[in-house]
Amino acid sequence: MDNEILATVGGTAWGVWLMILFAGIIFWAFRPKNKKRFEDDGMIPFREDGER
Amino acid sequence: MNQGIMAAGAVGGAQDAAAYNEDIVKKFTIAAVIWALVGFLAGILIAFQLVFPALNFDLEWTTFGRLRPVHTSAVVFAFGGNILIGTSFYIVQRTCRAPLFGGPGLANFIFWGYQAFIVLAASGYVLGVTQSKEYAEPEWYADLWLTVIWVLYLIVYVGTIVKRREPHIYVANWFYLAFIITIAMLHIGNNIAVPVSLFGTKSYIASAGVRDAMIQWWYGHNAVGFFLTAGFLGMMYYFIPKQAERPVYSYRLSIIHFWALIFLYVWAGPHHLHYTALPDWAQTLGMTFSVMLWVPSWGGMINGFMTLSGAWDKLRTDPVLRFLVTSVAFYGMSTFEGPVMAIKAVNSLSHYTDWTIGHVHAGALGWNAFISFGALYFLVPRLWKRERLYSIRLVTLHFWVATLGVVLYIVSMWISGIMQGLMWRAYDELGFLQYSFIETVEAMRPYYAIRGVGGVLFIAGAVIMVYNLWRTVKGDIREEAAYELAPHAPAPHEVEKTPS
Repeated sequence: MDNEILATVGGTAWGVWLMILFAGIIFWAFRPKNKKRFEDDGMIPFREDGER
Repeated sequence: MNQGIMAAGAVGGAQDAAAYNEDIVKKFTIAAVIWALVGFLAGILIAFQLVFPALNFDLEWTTFGRLRPVHTSAVVFAFGGNILIGTSFYIVQRTCRAPLFGGPGLANFIFWGYQAFIVLAASGYVLGVTQSKEYAEPEWYADLWLTVIWVLYLIVYVGTIVKRREPHIYVANWFYLAFIITIAMLHIGNNIAVPVSLFGTKSYIASAGVRDAMIQWWYGHNAVGFFLTAGFLGMMYYFIPKQAERPVYSYRLSIIHFWALIFLYVWAGPHHLHYTALPDWAQTLGMTFSVMLWVPSWGGMINGFMTLSGAWDKLRTDPVLRFLVTSVAFYGMSTFEGPVMAIKAVNSLSHYTDWTIGHVHAGALGWNAFISFGALYFLVPRLWKRERLYSIRLVTLHFWVATLGVVLYIVSMWISGIMQGLMWRAYDELGFLQYSFIETVEAMRPYYAIRGVGGVLFIAGAVIMVYNLWRTVKGDIREEAAYELAPHAPAPHEVEKTPS
């Protein structure tokens, strides 16, 4: 019985936790403060060396 | 924009380029091209076996059942695997601005070890050694060997990232890393088996019945999700910006694309087991997650497409970019079709029919092969330090021949598959099945022939590519008219306004 409750609560909590985590990632990605930083990160492929 | 790129480019310094291990990328590139031809040829042979059964030559080694895994493994794991490992080594070094971890010796061991795995697996199929799990046919000895190689690959990849001189890990590396880690997990999880004897080839899978089926399609669908999607998306996020000479449309969207794909993909497997002994809730779960996958897939597609915003004219003059962008279009199309087919009502018609084969090839030929061709055309002149490709016009020819081949393939399989599904479920007025199985086979025969022709066109395009790449490596440049931007043609209303 105890295990059953634990499994149910644990399973649900894990799903909720993943959703919170994902919402956090969206917030992090679209936070206006990070805009400049991610635009800069997008330039990495052009930073590698002086090829061509 | 271009000035920004140039200025940023100067920061890295040319001394990095000398330290990069490009020799290993060359090896994987050559291997990918060779295995592509082998895999395509095997595909054409089995395609025509379905039209002319005599082509199985009445030999056990060349029957459809044994050559089909040779085809699928050759194109997915040999062609796809080599291009994935090769491009990942190229990209991780450049975007981390660090040479490959472990040195050339370890990289070479991974290369030859991986080729040995392919030969070990394929020779087993032909001789009838198989554990009968689709896309995981190799027996225990080959599986163990691949595990060793794959863990070494992970160590080299992660080691390079750890040693990076670029503070941020570029998004392409995230996708590659997800591909490497997840494939390791899937490969081990799906192949837990007990060998019958130490020197025999036969083994038994630890799980049985519906549990084994569920593990198999957890593996099978995520092989699609992480081998054929995540890894190739890593290629997309590097080669499209490079070839278009502009950064990815939205780096922030690429982060969402990545995590949404990671969170959703692993749950989609049960859609391969609709209307089987698998519990209904698991089927519905698989269907729901498959439909949700449509969102990150199209987010990624939009990100790839919009990278060209403001530079669409390049598609007219740059056939290499056209390969890359068309592959993204096929990615969008097949990841739209996939969720539709995962819906139970649709699946009841499409499952076990040629529709599935057409769907798979829309993804494999249109998305995976096209982006690989684009990457090969990008890589070969750079790796062999040539000014440019031998011929740009031959790339255009390859593009159109291959595209026609893909269209013939997909359309013929749609018609054949839907017809097959409808014939299977047709009843007469007394409630008897209207068609016998062999009647469906007869009805599909013309479409099998059209599919075979599509395959021939596709390999013809690949042969054109091999010729072009070979001449490029030799250092030749073809005398040909360059593609020029069309002069701006005034719109009709502009012409009228112009005073004469």
